[in-house]
Amino acid sequence: MSDMQSQDYVRRSASTMTPPSARNVEDQVAKLIDVSRCIGCKACQAACMEWNNLRPEIGHFEGSYENPNDLGPSVWTLMKFNEYENEQGNLEWLIRKDGCMHCEDPGCLKACPAPGAIVQYANGIVDFISDKCIGCGYCVKGCPFNIPRISKTDHKSYKCTLCSDRVTVGLEPACVKACPTGAIMFGAKTDMQHQAAERIVDLKARGFAHAGLYDPPEVQGTHVMYVLHHADKPSLYSGLPDKPHISTLVQAWKGLYKPLAVAAVALAAIGAFFHWITIGPNETTEEDEAEARREMRETEEEQAP
Amino acid sequence: MTNTWQDIKNANVVIVMGGNAAEAHPCGFKWVIEAKIENGAKLVVVDPRFTRTASVADYYAPIRPGTDIAFLSGVMHYLLTNDKIQHSYVKNYTNASLLVKDEFTFTDGLFSGFNDQTHSYDKGSWDYEIGDDGFAKADDTWQNPRCVINLLKQHVSRYTPEMVSRICGTPQDKFLHICELIAGTSAPDRAMTSLFALGWTQHTVGAQNIRAMAMVQLLLGNIGVAGGGMNALRGHSNIQGLTDIGLLSNQMPGYLNLPTDKETSFDEYMKTRQFKPLRPGQTSYYQNTKKMTVSLMKALFGDAATVDNHWGYDLLPKLDIPLYDIIKAFEMMNNGQMTGYICQGFNPLQAFPDRGKIRAGLSKLKFLVTMDPLDTETSRFWQDFGPQNPARSREIQTEVFQLPTTCFAEENGSLVNSARWLQWHWKAADAPGIAKSDLWIMSGLFQRLRALYQKEGGAFPDALMGMTWKYTDPWEPDPEELAKEMNGKFLADVTDPVTQVTSKAGTLLDGFGQLHDDGSTASGCWIFAGCFTEKGNQMARRDATDPREQGIAPNWAWAWPANRRILYNRASADPEGKAWNPKKPVVEWNGSKWVGIDVPDYVVTQKPSANDGPFIMTVEGQGRLFARNLMAEGPFPEHYEPMESPVVNVLHPKVGPNPVARVFDHDRSNFGKPGDFPYVATTYRLTEHFHYWTKHALINAILQPEEFIEIGEALAKEKGIDQGGWVKVSSKRGEVVCKAYVTKRIKPLMVDGKATHVIGCPIHWGFTGQARKGYGANTLTPSVGDANTQTPEFKAFLVNVEKTSAPVG
Repeated sequence: MSDMQSQDYVRRSASTMTPPSARNVEDQVAKLIDVSRCIGCKACQAACMEWNNLRPEIGHFEGSYENPNDLGPSVWTLMKFNEYENEQGNLEWLIRKDGCMHCEDPGCLKACPAPGAIVQYANGIVDFISDKCIGCGYCVKGCPFNIPRISKTDHKSYKCTLCSDRVTVGLEPACVKACPTGAIMFGAKTDMQHQAAERIVDLKARGFAHAGLYDPPEVQGTHVMYVLHHADKPSLYSGLPDKPHISTLVQAWKGLYKPLAVAAVALAAIGAFFHWITIGPNETTEEDEAEARREMRETEEEQAP
Repeated sequence: MTNTWQDIKNANVVIVMGGNAAEAHPCGFKWVIEAKIENGAKLVVVDPRFTRTASVADYYAPIRPGTDIAFLSGVMHYLLTNDKIQHSYVKNYTNASLLVKDEFTFTDGLFSGFNDQTHSYDKGSWDYEIGDDGFAKADDTWQNPRCVINLLKQHVSRYTPEMVSRICGTPQDKFLHICELIAGTSAPDRAMTSLFALGWTQHTVGAQNIRAMAMVQLLLGNIGVAGGGMNALRGHSNIQGLTDIGLLSNQMPGYLNLPTDKETSFDEYMKTRQFKPLRPGQTSYYQNTKKMTVSLMKALFGDAATVDNHWGYDLLPKLDIPLYDIIKAFEMMNNGQMTGYICQGFNPLQAFPDRGKIRAGLSKLKFLVTMDPLDTETSRFWQDFGPQNPARSREIQTEVFQLPTTCFAEENGSLVNSARWLQWHWKAADAPGIAKSDLWIMSGLFQRLRALYQKEGGAFPDALMGMTWKYTDPWEPDPEELAKEMNGKFLADVTDPVTQVTSKAGTLLDGFGQLHDDGSTASGCWIFAGCFTEKGNQMARRDATDPREQGIAPNWAWAWPANRRILYNRASADPEGKAWNPKKPVVEWNGSKWVGIDVPDYVVTQKPSANDGPFIMTVEGQGRLFARNLMAEGPFPEHYEPMESPVVNVLHPKVGPNPVARVFDHDRSNFGKPGDFPYVATTYRLTEHFHYWTKHALINAILQPEEFIEIGEALAKEKGIDQGGWVKVSSKRGEVVCKAYVTKRIKPLMVDGKATHVIGCPIHWGFTGQARKGYGANTLTPSVGDANTQTPEFKAFLVNVEKTSAPVG
C-alpha cells in the first residue's frame, strides 16, 4: 500500500525513533471472523480481488475447494477447508478465511530491515509500504502465521492491508462488506470482543464446550480474531497456530543482536574512517570493475521477462 | 416460496433437504444464520453429501439420492404413530376428515386405475365420496377408515425407521433424531421452514418429493405461519417470473392452462374450470377463472377478442399432448420433426440431459437462433473444441444466428424473486458492442413476420394478425408499458356495484378483484394485478420499514398476489382467529375484520364462524393430504426408485421406478444397469459459480477453475484414485475425464445391506469462457423427467469411475 497515514504510525520498521503519532486518537480496530457462521462461499476472496484489483492466474483443481492454492502476492485472503472427524465420529468441515492477522506485536515489522517498509497504525492495522520494501523476505520469516508473499514481478512483499485505505475513510474492509452471512465483522476491538462473547455462549449451548475467541496473547493479541468452535485446538482450522510465536532469531535480532550489530556496524565505520585517515582510500583494479559490470548485466538479464 | 427470505428468521427448525441453500443461495442464507442466532433455531441438513450448508448445520444426516419420499413418508409415519401432529390445524385446515371413494386402492406399488399399456392412470377413483348435496363427505371424528387421515396412516405404515434406513441408507438413529427435531414443531407456537430447490425437483418423482414435505408441514401446522412454509429457492434470476407469466409450453400467464385440442370451444374449456366448492361455504377463488381468462384474452388480442368470437378462443394454440417440454423438443429435433429453434436465454447443450443427444439434435436443425449476453456452448455446438466438444463441423448444416443481448444490468425491468416479489431494476450501463435487448429482438421478429404474412399470406395468420401491439415504439416497447399491460386496466367505464365508484376506461387496475369477464377489463397476468397502478410503479418501492421486525416490509417492492407476503396466512390463526403463536402473529380476527402485518389471504370481513377454510384457492378450502387427481403418480407420494438405480425397489420389486414417467424408446435403451455402472451419481452447483455463466467471469474462474468430481475415500482407495488425480466417469450415455476430489464428505451408504457409493458431479464447466475446459456433467445424465413437469432427473443416475490420465487435446 502507499503511505497515506504517516501521522497515524505507532510502529515503523527498522527505525529507532518512535513515530510522532500526531493523530494517535483512534480506537483500536479488529476484524472478527466467526467461523461458525462462515459458509466458505469465497465472497470475501472475490471482494478482496475486486477492491485491491488483484487477479492471480487461473489455476488448477488440486484436491480441495481452496483456490488459488495458496496465499500469494495477488492472493491476500484465502478460504481454507479442513475435513475433520470429531471424537463422536461425525464430520465437521472447518472453513477458515486465512490472511494477515494484524498482530499487535507484528513479527514482520520486527524482522523488517527496511526503514518504514512495515508500519503499524494507531488503530492497530499493520501495513506494508511497498515503495520502501526491499524484497528481502525477512517479513516472511518473521511472521508467525506464514502470511506475506514476495512478488516475483516487482520483488516486493504483499499481504492483506485490512483495507487500510477504506478504514481510514470510515468504511469497513471489502471482505466484511461482501460477507453474506455476517460471519466477518469489523469495528472497535472491544466491541468485537463483546460480539465474540455472545457467539461463544450460543456455541456452547449448541454443544461446543470449547468454543472461544482466538486473540493469541503470544503476539499481544491480533486485530483479526476468530470465533472458533474448537478454541482449544486452533490447529484444526487448516493449521492456525495453537501458540503463534515470532521466530527466536527475529526476537534475538530485535532484542539482543540488534544493539550489538549496530555497535559492530558503527565500529566498522569508525575502523574504516581511521583506515582512510591513516592509510588512504581503497583502490580498485580494472579487473574488479569488469567483474562488477558482468554481474550487474547478468542480474538484469535474469530479471528480464 | 409460500413465505419470504426474511421470514426464515422466525423459524425454530430450518430443514434443508433437496437443496443446498448455503452453497447455492449464500445471500438468502443470511436469514438461516439469523434464525440460528436470534431465534435459537436448529438447522437440519439431509443430503447425500456433507455440503457447505451441512458445515454450519446443527444436525446432518446422509441420504441416498432419489429416496427422499421414503425418508419423508417415514417422517409422516413417525408423526402419526407418535401423535406429533397439530390436531386442531389438521382437523380444521386439511382434508384429513374427508372420505375417499371405496374404489380407491393401493396395491403392490400401484394406485387404482393403472393402465400398463399406456403407462398412465384412469384417475376416476382418486376422489372423495360426494354426498347428495354435492359436497364431499366427511367424518370429523376420524372413525371412518376411508377418512384421508386413515388412508394416509395406512399408506405410510410401511415406512418404518428400519425400512427408511434400508431404502435411504440413512442410519436409523440419525433418522429418528431428525424426526424428533421435526416433531417438536407440531406445537402450535413453533414452526419449521422447509428450504428446497433442484435437489427435489430434478427427479422422476420431483413434484411428489415436494408434496411429501408439504404434507409433513400440514400435519405439523406449519403452513401459513411465520417461520414456516414450503420455500422453493429459485435458481435463475427470474425463473420465478418465467413460471408466473407462463413461459412453459402448456401454460398461459398467471398459471392458467393452455387449452387442449379436446376443448374445442371456450365453454368446453371453462366447464372444467368452474371450481364449484366441494365443502359448504368455501371461497374457492378459482371460481373467478373466467374473469382471469377473458381479461388475459383482451390483453393479448385487444379488439380482436369479442364476446362473439368467444374472446378469441380459436386464436389460442391447442395442445395435442400434455406438454412440449425441452426433452420432448430435443427428441423431436433428433427425429427430424423440429427443424428450427429459437433459443432465448438458454444454454441447453450444458443444461439439458444427455449432451450427446442435445448436440445431435442441434446438428439436425435447419436453423438455430441463440439470444444470450454470453458466448454460450449452445451457440458453438458445431465447433470442434477437442474432447470436450468433439463436433464434426463439416457434417453440420445448421445455420446459426448468434444474437448478443443485453443483461439485466443493461436494461430497466422487473425480476420476480423466490419470495414472489416483483422488484423493479434500473439500467446501470450501456450494453457492449451490438448487443440488443430481448424486447428489441422479439419485437423486430414479430413486426417482420407480421409484414411477411400481410404480404404473402399463409396458414392461419389470425393469431399473429390479431395480437394487440399498442406500444409507443412498436419496435421496442418500454418495459414500463409492458408492466402496465401485465397489471391490467379498465377498457370501459365500470362502476363498482358495492362502492358505486366508477373507474374510467384506461385506468390501471388496483388488483385482480376488479377483473370482469365481460371484456371491460384487460390484464396480461392476473396475479400481477396491483404491481403498477394509478399510484405508480409499486415494484419500484424501496421502503424497508418492517413494523413488527418480523420480516414483512409491505412497502418494499410488491409481492404477488395482492402484495401478500405469506400465502395461506389465515392459517396462522386458530379457527377462532387468534394467532397460533401469539409472539409472531401474521393476521388475526379483531371482531370485525382480519388485520395484521400482512395482507390477509382471505375475505377480509369473513367471520371465523363462517367455517370458510384458509386455503381459499382449493375447492375444499383445505390443504390437501390427499391430492385427488392432480398428480400423475397418485394422490399420495410413493417411493419409486430413480430411473437408473443400484437396487430393486424393496417395497414393490415389480414396480421399480415411477410407473408413469414418460420415456422415449431411444432414451430407454440408453439407461445403464448397475452391473456396468455400479455407482450412484448426482449433479450439483458450487458457490463459486452460477450455472454456466460465471465461468465467463475471470474472478469466478480463478475461484473454481477446473472440472472435478467428488468421490469418497473408501471408493477412491478401492479404485486406486489419488487426491486431485485424473478420473474417467462414464454412464451409458458418455464419459467425462476430470480431476477427483477424494473427500470424507461422501461416505458409502448401507442400502438394503449393501455399501452404496455416491459420486458428486458439479456442473459448471464447458468449453467457452475463462475457466478451464470441461466436459459438462450433462454428458452423463439420463434423458428422462418428472412425470408431471418433465424436469430432468439430474440428481440420481448410475455411473462407473476409473483412474485415468489427462485428456489429450
